[in-house]
Amino acid sequence: MQTDLDKLVTEAGSAIEAAEDLAAIDEVRVRFLGKKGLFTERMKQLGKLSPEERPAAGQAINKAKQSVQQSIQARKEAMQVAEVQTRLAAEAVDVTLPGRGQSTGGVHPVTRTLERIEHLFGQLGFEVAEGPEIEDDYHNFEALNIPESHPARAMHDTFYFDEHTVLRTHTSPVQIRVMEGREPPFRVIAPGRAYRCDSDLTHTPMFHQVEGFMVDECTTFADLKGILDEFLRNFFEQELAVRFRPSYFPFTEPSAEVDVQCVECGGSGCRLCSHTGWIEILGCGMIHPEVFRHAGLDSERYTGFAFGVGVERLTLLRYGVNDLRLFFENDLRFLEQFR
Amino acid sequence: MRFSERWLREWVDPRVSTRELADQLTMAGLEVDAIEPAAPAFDGVVVGHVLHVEPHPDADKLRVCKVDVGEGEPLDIVCGASNVHEGMRVPTAVVGARLPGDFKIKKAKLRGVPSRGMLCSAKELGLAEASDGLMELQADAPIGTSIRDYLELDDVSIELGLTPNRADCLSIVGIAREVGALNRMDVNGPHMESVSPVIEDTFPVEVDAPVDCARYVGRVIRGIDATAETPVWMRERLRRSGIRSLGPVVDVTNYVLLELGQPMHGFDLNRLRSGIWVRKAEEGETLVLLTGEKITLSSEDLVIADGSGPLALAGIMGGEASGVSEQTRDIFLESAFFEPTRIAGRARGYGLHTDSSHRFERGVDAQLQQCAIERATELLLGITGGRPGPVIEVVSEEYLPARTPVAIRHQRITRVLGSEIPAGQVQDVLERLDMGVTSIDAGWMVTPPSFRFDIRIEEDLIEEVARVVGYNNLPGCAPTAPLVMRTEPEAEVPLTRLRRLLVDRGYQEAITYSFVEPRVQEVLDPEADAIPLANPISADLSVMRTTLWSGLIPALIRNLNRQQGRVRLFETGLRFLRSGEETRQEPMLAGVVAGSALPEQWGSPNRPVDFFDVKGDVEELFHLSGRAENVTFEAAEHPALHPGQSALIRLDGEAIGWIGALHPSVEASLDLSARAFIFEVRLDAVTHGRLPQFHELSRFPAIRRDIAVVVERDMPAAKVAECARAAAPEILRELKFFDVYEGEHIDSSRKSLALRLTLQSQSRTLTDEEVDAVIDGVVTTLGNQLGASLRE
Ligand SMILES: [Zn+2]
Repeated sequence: MQTDLDKLVTEAGSAIEAAEDLAAIDEVRVRFLGKKGLFTERMKQLGKLSPEERPAAGQAINKAKQSVQQSIQARKEAMQVAEVQTRLAAEAVDVTLPGRGQSTGGVHPVTRTLERIEHLFGQLGFEVAEGPEIEDDYHNFEALNIPESHPARAMHDTFYFDEHTVLRTHTSPVQIRVMEGREPPFRVIAPGRAYRCDSDLTHTPMFHQVEGFMVDECTTFADLKGILDEFLRNFFEQELAVRFRPSYFPFTEPSAEVDVQCVECGGSGCRLCSHTGWIEILGCGMIHPEVFRHAGLDSERYTGFAFGVGVERLTLLRYGVNDLRLFFENDLRFLEQFR
Repeated sequence: MRFSERWLREWVDPRVSTRELADQLTMAGLEVDAIEPAAPAFDGVVVGHVLHVEPHPDADKLRVCKVDVGEGEPLDIVCGASNVHEGMRVPTAVVGARLPGDFKIKKAKLRGVPSRGMLCSAKELGLAEASDGLMELQADAPIGTSIRDYLELDDVSIELGLTPNRADCLSIVGIAREVGALNRMDVNGPHMESVSPVIEDTFPVEVDAPVDCARYVGRVIRGIDATAETPVWMRERLRRSGIRSLGPVVDVTNYVLLELGQPMHGFDLNRLRSGIWVRKAEEGETLVLLTGEKITLSSEDLVIADGSGPLALAGIMGGEASGVSEQTRDIFLESAFFEPTRIAGRARGYGLHTDSSHRFERGVDAQLQQCAIERATELLLGITGGRPGPVIEVVSEEYLPARTPVAIRHQRITRVLGSEIPAGQVQDVLERLDMGVTSIDAGWMVTPPSFRFDIRIEEDLIEEVARVVGYNNLPGCAPTAPLVMRTEPEAEVPLTRLRRLLVDRGYQEAITYSFVEPRVQEVLDPEADAIPLANPISADLSVMRTTLWSGLIPALIRNLNRQQGRVRLFETGLRFLRSGEETRQEPMLAGVVAGSALPEQWGSPNRPVDFFDVKGDVEELFHLSGRAENVTFEAAEHPALHPGQSALIRLDGEAIGWIGALHPSVEASLDLSARAFIFEVRLDAVTHGRLPQFHELSRFPAIRRDIAVVVERDMPAAKVAECARAAAPEILRELKFFDVYEGEHIDSSRKSLALRLTLQSQSRTLTDEEVDAVIDGVVTTLGNQLGASLRE
């Protein structure tokens, strides 16, 4: 009896061994453990034994059956693992191949700078105002205290349409347009395109400017210094020295030109700063009483400052661009560097 | 303004280095643009005296000279210059000297004759661009003295970039006054003396335009030697100020111009007829300028004339006919004051810009004319000799610029600057600037000096105080203001967001010029009336753009020509339209696309971009503002667009833009090598949006049904959708096209549109019967109204 069972277990063992897939193993299971399987058959034969022999024989059969069952289960699990492995291997991809889909573009570097300026001043409650680019000479010149015969007009290299209509030479006319219609306090920046009839290595006939101004009952030159100092340090994200030196603009008095410590050499002198250690960055001053008068505001009651900054120049310095003209050639190889 | 540092220091000599002096000037508002050495580095060059000259035995062009250099035996020096002569004093480089360019002088033999040095030209010493012959020094030049000392070559030229308000600093005396004020020092110029007349000759002067010329000072000088050499020291100072030597009379007037700031003019007296007449020009009169250019005058011009006509454009440039030459014996010197506003713009009108017009336009001290003519006479007599007559003056006091006192309040200074400057310091600064200062209640009454044209109001004085105290010495602080929120309309889509949407969809932002080439614009927008510039910078940038395409398409072409196969650009900005007298400046958003739909990549087919790719981008813009449902695309023709692939975009029925493929003939005429799709919409149409509006969610299942209907090929899908929607009850939640098919099994004049209808009720689960009825209704209506049949 025992010999027969051993033989059966051995036989099952070889069958399990020989089974190559889950289907084959299932056949083995049916053959040995199924309802009509070899072990069931053995069980049925127990009746032929004497009642004294039956329990021991039954136990022996069950033990043998269990061992076969375990072998089958083990074999099955091994096969499942192998099957998953095979599938995973088949589904493996080369993760170093590039991804697919639309690629993102980018905003123009000048826009990048403009948005940054708007954001920095926005934190201080400066709103954005805009104005026309084809401007009348009153707003572009006269209201800004640049009368007809003023030498400063010659410095503006103005594009004309007719005697009284020009392409704005700066975004300062927006200052007048804002002040004309409202009462202070004002905290405004006016970004936009400006035009001068000049084209060489350092000038393009169109450029961008941000005019900023603040008017209230007690706005001072100290405020102007403070705010520009703050702006320049935050714009360049560097602790740069800033200096204010007297200058002249018809629409501000006192007027100042602002230099920052050279971003390239840190002040020791290089080609970028013409070996002065300083880079001229913007013009500013206290709004001229004549400008207030044109805008219908009382200069005894209000004081204010204004500044104008060239956006291309800031962009150039910030990203190390070495040729101004690249800004308007719209060469993708250039634009894509600012993604 | 360019000047020699040593010349300035003759007037005022603070104990500061060149660098510190330059910083002082810059920080006082007189910006130093450049500092250049007066001469390049060299040494070993002394004043030599040519004692003897004899021909070289073996060379025609060479001479052998004996030169006394102050020590030892005279040197034998072989020289090739033709102007060498006995008795001349000349810069002599001795053996061991080092000339500019690191050129060392050694003992040499020239054609067998030993030479122990070199006689130098100005060019060889780096003092001129070119020279013909040796540099001849004054006969009294001390023999053996180093040339660097003799010519004061250890000097620099300082270039100031002056702002137009500081005409008073267009002279040595003006800069000296500033330096004196900044260093609290007195200014002491060279001793100047009036020259007593030795003859009684005068020349009549009549001023017809006293408003324009309130003072005219003149003097006759007879018997000058116009061939005399201007002394080296004066030529050197002129050179270091960037002015060429042109003979003694012109050199002296230029010298006085630089020294005192008074432009002057010398006429050849014998070429003048009857008298000087300062008057307005007559329309059409002509004048040949010193440059040889003939100009036709207008009645706006002020001229100096004589009995036969205009002699000079007053304050701007003299005329050829009356100018001083080497033959001139007698001269008439002019020193006048011309009203700045009358001169301003006149020179520019003739394309002229002279040292004289530059100063008169900005303002010359109206008290300077007498002093200047005396100084010029003194200097001139020293060079050319001559017999001066008395100074004559025609003055109209009432038209001389008045200097009105300006009040300045101490309190106001504090209010403008944001910090208090002590009263004593304010007064001190103003006085040092030559202002007349008297104390009044709460401040001062200040009378500006006659050389300042820029002090008219209190703020001008505040600037003077701030400037001399030093802007950098004034405090700065963070401004304070009430914390008030700004309104932020949520329904507005910020431009930054619109830009990012396109950027995320693969577009690169471009910025193109607002003025464009007329030919390109004519092709793209033939019906628009473009606004031309009166003075364009070039013909291809001469009209204002009526569409952003006029800049974007050339940008596309340039990129394609640079081997970019795939270009997606967008731009925002104004377009400029004209209707009659009115100019409209409208913000627009435009794009141009060419190349493949996706960047080149592995594993997906490289499909060229088409109309619907670009339309999808445009539709997304409207989704941002929440108004996509109010937008329609209507097949319409545009001269720049392919007639079968162009649409007029409407928002709530109003035309707000175009989209389409570029017309093949436009592509051809612009030499465009690729298929391009373009769009342009009014910016306000995409920025004005609405707030999201909540709709109740349905708790009941949605049922989807797909149908395919066959319609005429040119039947717009939008019409099918519209018709289907109208036919369906409210429970039709969504209608989508999921396929369009033309070809096999379909009549060639028809197409099949596959629609997916989603139905859902707010209040109940829909039954199959209900849904079937809705679909049947839709199909029937499509059949009846559009001739659609259900696809088998
Ligand atoms: Zn630097």
